[in-house]
Amino acid sequence: MERESISVTVNGRTYERAVEPRRLLSDFLRDDLRLTGTHVGCEHGVCGSCTVMMDGVTARSCLTFAVMADGAEIETIEGLGSADAMHPVQQAFWEKHGLQCGFCTPGMLMTAVELLKRNPDPSVDDIRDAISGNLCRCTGYQTIVDSIRHAAKLMREDGA
Amino acid sequence: MYPFTYHRPDSLDEARARLAASEDGRPLAGGMSLMPTMRFRLASCADLVDLNAIEELAGIERRNGQIRIGAMTRHAAVAASPEVGEAIPALAALAASIGDVQVRNRGTIGGSICFADPAADYPAGVLGLGATVNTDRRAVAADDFFTGLYETALEDGELVTSVDFPIPERAGWAKLGNQASRFAVVAVMVSLAGGAARVAVTGARTHVFRAAEMEAALAANFAAEALDGIAMPSEGLNEDLHADRDYRAHLVGVMAKRAVRDALAR
Repeated sequence: MERESISVTVNGRTYERAVEPRRLLSDFLRDDLRLTGTHVGCEHGVCGSCTVMMDGVTARSCLTFAVMADGAEIETIEGLGSADAMHPVQQAFWEKHGLQCGFCTPGMLMTAVELLKRNPDPSVDDIRDAISGNLCRCTGYQTIVDSIRHAAKLMREDGA
Repeated sequence: MYPFTYHRPDSLDEARARLAASEDGRPLAGGMSLMPTMRFRLASCADLVDLNAIEELAGIERRNGQIRIGAMTRHAAVAASPEVGEAIPALAALAASIGDVQVRNRGTIGGSICFADPAADYPAGVLGLGATVNTDRRAVAADDFFTGLYETALEDGELVTSVDFPIPERAGWAKLGNQASRFAVVAVMVSLAGGAARVAVTGARTHVFRAAEMEAALAANFAAEALDGIAMPSEGLNEDLHADRDYRAHLVGVMAKRAVRDALAR
């Protein structure tokens, strides 16, 4: 099958690659760019662990072909923060134990970042609605909700 | 997934030409249903024509007393639209109830109605509001658009371009969604316009349908109590692990009443 040349900006860096049209964005990120922070769980649009930002809004990278991201700006968990300089959402998940195994965490964080951009002071219901497309099999979601509430507080204080 | 050749036209004319030139072409909208289906190898095509770069297919406008929604308009855009929120708030509520944030960011109204999933929400909105589906060839009344399980009146290569929603006097939306997927176990859109009522039910049969007896009762008295005593026969209704057909029949009545109350509260 013929490969398509694409140019995708991921976390501010532009990558030029030739990919098969059926290549998923999730596999492109992980296998072609070696950005393995984006996790692949169900591979058919249910679990949300592969969630990335595409042109500023969340998208499931397993339900996006890499060719569809030609010319797009992608943000992944690698662009969010580092161990030395964590994003407030990462800091909050750290402080409030918002994870156990950590598999769902990259997607959960990207979804939380989008929510807090849209709504800086979300209620518990807002948070539960926002993360309804991200499955966690460890925490029962309690600490994740706590973490996102805490992140909102940290970010409001940061902004103040 | 089976391989395919990818096309990303930036105009409707080019998309039509691509589909016409292919023996086995398929348009791709948001991909929220088609892509999982392709991944399971339940669907495949030689040529995939991605509509996401066609700007003329997206957008919302109020004109001639109607709301026109472009086929490639995302659910999130409809849910947040001030035009839709003011003219048909029940339609904005429907869009906001679809799937989850990630699905609403990508999924489109055109994709939803063309895929015609038996549990999709938009078919109930389109039929319950008496909308008109515009294609690159013609205008199709909602009553004629949905024809079966994943089946529509569309011909080969025909593309939906927009949907026109008349603005009703009242409209309401109620849905019992599957807890995980938020697909409708049963959902109902009701509307009242010019003395006529519409009750469209999704999730309960092979495809969306109108409940005629309920419509007659609501035309005479647009109140939840008007539906008292009207039973939905369970014969022919869907049955799965989420709901057997008797429960689904019961839910049609419950959701219809909730939808009427929703309409009266808006």
